[in-house]
Amino acid sequence: MSNTIKTVALVSAVAASFAAHATTATAMDKEKCFGVSLAGKNDCAAGPGTTCAGTSKVDYQGNAWTLVDAGTCASIELPAMADGKARMGSLEELERDLPAS
Amino acid sequence: MTTQSDFRAALLDAALPVPPGLLDGQGQPAGRRYAVYRNNVAVSLAEALETAFPAVSKLIGAENFAKAAGLFLRQEPPSSPLMMHYGAGFPEFLASLEPLQSIGYLADVARLEQAMRQSYHAADASVLDPSRLQSLSEDQLMSARLILAPSVRLLRSPWPVLAVYNFTMNDGAQPDAVAQDVLVTRPDYDPVPHLLPSGGADFVSALQNNLTFSDAMAAAGAEFDLGPTLSVLLSGGALSDIIST
Repeated sequence: MSNTIKTVALVSAVAASFAAHATTATAMDKEKCFGVSLAGKNDCAAGPGTTCAGTSKVDYQGNAWTLVDAGTCASIELPAMADGKARMGSLEELERDLPAS
Repeated sequence: MTTQSDFRAALLDAALPVPPGLLDGQGQPAGRRYAVYRNNVAVSLAEALETAFPAVSKLIGAENFAKAAGLFLRQEPPSSPLMMHYGAGFPEFLASLEPLQSIGYLADVARLEQAMRQSYHAADASVLDPSRLQSLSEDQLMSARLILAPSVRLLRSPWPVLAVYNFTMNDGAQPDAVAQDVLVTRPDYDPVPHLLPSGGADFVSALQNNLTFSDAMAAAGAEFDLGPTLSVLLSGGALSDIIST
């Protein structure tokens, strides 16, 4: 059996498993409710950037800063990747890191 | 006389003096009001960025994030009043910031968050009925074009970008040092990131470039196992149509 014929059979089989699934899924009508979107994802008047809280905070403008040790990045250890040697990206990705010749 | 551009220039640069000639309702000088307004512009834009990039904020901490956001909002103030699109240039900006160079994956986590936002706000599309992929002939399938939904986003990363995201946002496991390609789909109303198996990103990228099924399979390579990627596409409602040629 050729590879393309195997592929046709695979696509048909995978599609069949979802075709059965789709029938049950459509039975559950879903309706979007305002106010239950993920935080920050909606674009209504209460969306990001429309806050009035600014008056209680002060923005200190500065052009230089030293990274303070805070946040979860401190607990993520990716030692092998830090020097780039163990990166397992595609060739395309690896080429991105090469200096322009 | 204060022109609009004088008024605006000083908004984003606290080193510039308050524009002259501003008066309140009683005809008195209103310099302090301008200072409040100037502060609100910066703080509200920084908050918009923090809302848009919660994983980046958790990764580097709120204090560092506020500083990065403060620099970005002055370099790239909004070009549109639609705040849901603000911050498109933030990942590139993070990649360029010297203090953040040690966190190599940070910009890719920001790209993932941006991809999720774009997916959320993308247009609706009809979903391909999976039964249309059944009983196709070899020629029909190979020459057909699979059309992706507008909400689909593809992110290729040399970092474990999804593992870092899940570690930060969902108490996921400690990331392993592997490259991860991520497909964002929007099965219902909220975007979902999926890890793509090897070759999956090449396949989806070929579909994005409107190649035929046959050419997309070739792009993914001989070792590509279509099943898991096709399952992700179908379960995520990522396919909107199949066009025979």
